Amino acid sequence: MVKDKLMLWSICLLATLTVVPLLAILGEVLLRGYDQLSWTFFTEPTPTAYKTMEAIKTGEPIPGGIANGIVGTMIMLGMATVVAIPLGILCGAFLAENNKNSFAQFVSYLTDLLQGTPSVIISIITYIWVVVPMKGYSAIAGSAALCIMMLPLIIRSTEETLKILPASLKEAGLALGGNKARVMLKVQLPAAFGGIFTGVLLAISRVIGETAPLMFTALGCSFIRFAVDKPISAVPLLIWEFFNDPNLQELIWGASLFLLLFVLTLNLSSKYLAKKWNQ
Amino acid sequence: MESITPILEFKKTCVSYTKQTMAVKYVSATIEKNTITAIMGPSGCGKSTLLRAVNLMHNLYPNIRVDGEILLNGENILSMEPIDVRRRIGMVFQRPAPFPTMSIFDNVLSGYALNGIRLSKEEKMQTVERCLKSVALWNEVKDVLNKKGTFLSGGQQQRLCIARALAMKPDILLMDEPTSALDPIATKHIEELLLELQKEVTILIVTHNMGQAKRISSKSMFMYLGELVEYGDTATMFSNPTDERTKEYLTGKVG
Ligand SMILES: Nc1ncnc2c1ncn2[C@@H]1O[C@H](COP(=O)(O)OP(=O)(O)O)[C@@H](O)[C@H]1O
Ligand SMILES: [Mg+2]
Repeated sequence: MVKDKLMLWSICLLATLTVVPLLAILGEVLLRGYDQLSWTFFTEPTPTAYKTMEAIKTGEPIPGGIANGIVGTMIMLGMATVVAIPLGILCGAFLAENNKNSFAQFVSYLTDLLQGTPSVIISIITYIWVVVPMKGYSAIAGSAALCIMMLPLIIRSTEETLKILPASLKEAGLALGGNKARVMLKVQLPAAFGGIFTGVLLAISRVIGETAPLMFTALGCSFIRFAVDKPISAVPLLIWEFFNDPNLQELIWGASLFLLLFVLTLNLSSKYLAKKWNQ
Repeated sequence: MESITPILEFKKTCVSYTKQTMAVKYVSATIEKNTITAIMGPSGCGKSTLLRAVNLMHNLYPNIRVDGEILLNGENILSMEPIDVRRRIGMVFQRPAPFPTMSIFDNVLSGYALNGIRLSKEEKMQTVERCLKSVALWNEVKDVLNKKGTFLSGGQQQRLCIARALAMKPDILLMDEPTSALDPIATKHIEELLLELQKEVTILIVTHNMGQAKRISSKSMFMYLGELVEYGDTATMFSNPTDERTKEYLTGKVG
């Protein structure tokens, strides 16, 4: 009895210990970032050095916001997702269907490796593969790096979801005379939609805050830009820039709060959708 | 003697899952057209294995070996394209499994979609109506054709699966314990349906339920440890089984 109680208490204690830093981070970002969140914070690009100096001199709050970063992040995430979804699903479907084949095992191993590769290395590789041939930093290069980082997550979620579907579903499709590709497309993938969608959302939330893959690829840009072949900004890049500029450090918190809220929303909605689909 | 039209012939058919053992051993039998043949036997005796050999389901798993011959209208199935075979031989599984993401309407037509066959709007409507009527489901679902098939009751789902198989106009319908997951009333409906359907299609049905075999089948197979022990008229088999093992099973001593 006493032992049980002791066990329970120590588990509670440990759980609290792990939750405390998490809550502390959330609290800190919320408290410091809350003031900065205003309409213009989302609609205006980062202020120029001149404007910032002016504001500081007159004691006004720092003008401008992170609109250039938000636009860049959305453009790059959009392009990365559009490419990563079909590639990842194709690869995941291949792995789920051919788990004994040695080429599939090799691909599966590569997927694990890719998932474990530090993002800065992916950034450098993308620099060599995309930035150098294109002779410049660009949104395309940034989204290529993000795409590479998203792939393993989408591949795995597709594979796992397909594997837990009842075999009878696939057999029923094949028993009607369908070929493997059609059964995959019309029966298995639709049935796995919930799991794959959740995987995509998680992949997005995983890369949205990544700074390193964008440093050598997207570079950054101080104004709102929609061109995909030019350097472009991103919210995590802005945070890094703000940190390096003593005049702009106050903006860090608003940008961080934005990222945190975005990731939180993605995670919660993916949980909700997963639950809804599993019913 | 009246002449019979053989549609399916097993000739020394063997199936093995592993190198050492055979799950189905040298089965030879001739199935008559437009009949219902029941496959009986204790569980694990190879009934499902034999049935799945007919529509080449075993081809999906490279380790499984099928030997001997299975003739469909005189042509050896084992050397035909699986896709062609499966279009002509429908299958209904033990657990009713309508495609969960498709509407009732699309479930009936799924065979066409999966074969890449396009139908006009009228053809679609006609096929759906014809098939759902032939499984006596039309009146119950005609107003909810766009709803998911998974909302139906178990018995309705199983009838939908039969309709889905019938839509492809198969020569043969394979059924693996199609009523074992259903309640007695749903079971009775399906049995009546099968008696009706044998006019258009030859039915091979695995069943655990001896009463069911007696009620619907004209021929019965009794399998034991992978062998076809006895095959003949259902009435004769129940009244006067020749093999000792059949007698024991039918009187409830084994299985
Ligand atoms: N996928 C499989 N792999 C290996 N052995 C199997 C497999 N499926 C069935 N068997 C074996 O084959 C034999 C016949 O099984 P099955 O045809 O399912 O029997 P029944 O349908 O008559 O109950 C059993 O001994 C079973 O253990
Ligand atoms: Mg069985």
